[in-house]
Amino acid sequence: MLAEAAGQGLTPLTLELLTEARALAPTVEAVAWGAETASTAVTLGEYGASRVYDVGDLGGALPGAAVAAAIAGLVESGERPDAVLLPASYDGRDVAGRLSARLDRPVLTNVTGLAEHDGALLTEHPVFGGTQIAHARFTADGPGIYVVRAKSFAAEPSGGGPAEVVAVPAGDVGRTGAATIVERHVEAATGPKLDEAAVVVSGGRGLGAPEHYALVEELAGLLHGAAGASRAIVDAGWVPYSHQVGQTGKTVKPTLYVACGISGATQHLVGMKGSKHIVAVNKDREAPIFSVADLGIVGDVHKVLPALIEALRSRS
Amino acid sequence: MHVVVCVKQIPDPAAPASLEPDHTLDRSGKLIMDDSDSYGVEMALQLAGNVEGSEVTLVSMAPGGETSGLRTALAMGAAKAILVSDEALAGSDALSTAKVLAAAIRRAEPDLVVAATESTDGYTGTLPVQIAELLGMPSVTFAKRVSTDGTTVKVERQTESGYDDVECPLPAVVTVTAGVVEPRYPSFKGIMAAKSKPIDVLGAGDLGFDAAQVGAAGARQEIVDVADAEARGGGEIVVDEGDGAQRIVAFLEQLKVI
Ligand SMILES: Cc1cc2nc3c(=O)[nH]c(=O)nc-3n(C[C@H](O)[C@H](O)[C@H](O)COP(=O)(O)OP(=O)(O)OC[C@H]3O[C@@H](n4cnc5c(N)ncnc54)[C@H](O)[C@@H]3O)c2cc1C
Ligand SMILES: Nc1ncnc2c1ncn2[C@@H]1O[C@H](COP(=O)(O)O)[C@@H](O)[C@H]1O
Repeated sequence: MLAEAAGQGLTPLTLELLTEARALAPTVEAVAWGAETASTAVTLGEYGASRVYDVGDLGGALPGAAVAAAIAGLVESGERPDAVLLPASYDGRDVAGRLSARLDRPVLTNVTGLAEHDGALLTEHPVFGGTQIAHARFTADGPGIYVVRAKSFAAEPSGGGPAEVVAVPAGDVGRTGAATIVERHVEAATGPKLDEAAVVVSGGRGLGAPEHYALVEELAGLLHGAAGASRAIVDAGWVPYSHQVGQTGKTVKPTLYVACGISGATQHLVGMKGSKHIVAVNKDREAPIFSVADLGIVGDVHKVLPALIEALRSRS
Repeated sequence: MHVVVCVKQIPDPAAPASLEPDHTLDRSGKLIMDDSDSYGVEMALQLAGNVEGSEVTLVSMAPGGETSGLRTALAMGAAKAILVSDEALAGSDALSTAKVLAAAIRRAEPDLVVAATESTDGYTGTLPVQIAELLGMPSVTFAKRVSTDGTTVKVERQTESGYDDVECPLPAVVTVTAGVVEPRYPSFKGIMAAKSKPIDVLGAGDLGFDAAQVGAAGARQEIVDVADAEARGGGEIVVDEGDGAQRIVAFLEQLKVI
């Protein structure tokens, strides 16, 4: 499986993949890149990887081409994994696409479940906004390439010792690796992270105007949660993309999700339907968001939210 | 600069979707341009407009010789289109589709290939990168801002925590996310002009593929079944009579969130 670093550690999705890989196979090996692999080997081992192949520091190049080449090199040199699991992240998808073309093997994407069935791996994919689940499988020789969505599995350490670090060269990827990061911009983030928060309050087009998003942020703050958004208001430039919940945005599974002025399009539902409890405020009784809500208030966000904020403020 | 834009033609997402007996999407009705690709078309037209002597070509693979989505993009201002349409291609998996599109794109000898980050109906999101690898090109995915001088492309690429400035020499593949530009509405003049713009229609054989390699025969993945997901339902829906906020507070108390 592909291990992705974030700052000093590994992304939560990487740990989820390791846990699931361990449940499926006796031997789990990771592939990682970047300057920090040696320090992540401990965590990789703790979550079940016996070995980590280190592609090394790519000097700012986008990792897709080099990391795919390294994995293809391992497969071709006799290391024959049954399955390659990759995170559904920006770089994970790049690696998957390039690996697929290199190995001439198709990819199954948007995977939210994996189970062995008659010796083959059967995948689960949410379709029609998660109201239905499709099961799919590869029908040709492996290795199968699977791109797995965040929050599909719960991460649990196995208590293993540090993974053995083995350097693997990417080799010369020629022009394919020529895209290079020249500068990184990190948006200042306050409060808990959207995909880790216990409470998420999201706003949509029903807020009416960008300045009303402040209601969502204030409510999120009062509930010690994070503020999310539908794609409609991200596209409209009201809030940065990092707030987007849904198919192209973040998958969230908080204890409580509050949807304010969000219709509940299939692409939004697929990113939040797994929340433990869902509250929706929408003035349209027929809005699809109500089909997944535990508590639905048919009303105007401009009345309900200020009153709710007031009530919560007076309690604290 | 020659810019090629991938344009997927899909069933109207506003119409209720239905599945074929083999669990693939029913594509027999009229197809339209995927909304996701309208951003790519607009981006390509803007980029081409900034580099003298540029031209935009569309590339699409679709069943039944479908051109209505392509006409929409031609009406926006693209110069011409290549359509790959062949019964033998029905049921192709994403990698086979990528191979076919890559072969068609290679013919056009582009400096820049623009696609959407993901399609509305397939959303594998891997196709453009597969194309890049097959063409031996670098790629920059998830672009939210793009500029080019005809030799290098500069991209603001979305990341988990913000964005990266990425530079890449051409030829290259760039995928754009929705909302990056405001797609223009075709003018009446554009719509009229589009009717006479050339669409080159190719079959799988024209691109050197035989029927066993591509389409359903060559597909190496299958959908086994589609089942209803566990329904959530059972929620309480109430009309706000001025007590909506109090109802939420009571619910939060019950959950011990407050
Ligand atoms: C390939 C693809 C990927 C996508 N990915 C995502 C994704 O990741 N995330 C995502 O969210 N979407 C995604 N979408 C877009 C999705 O299809 C919807 O367009 C989007 O979610 C709609 O956002 P919305 O609910 O804010 O807006 P709308 O659908 O316009 O809904 C606004 C709602 O607000 C209600 N309303 C209006 N005024 C008030 C008021 N005063 N008080 C209360 N309620 C009010 C209305 O009744 C309506 O239900 C994707 C689409 C495609 C094609
Ligand atoms: N049949 C097709 N014809 C033209 N472009 C396509 C086709 N399929 C996919 N694409 C392009 O690749 C992008 C990603 O598609 P997907 O991998 O299905 O999410 C789409 O948004 C299009 O830009």
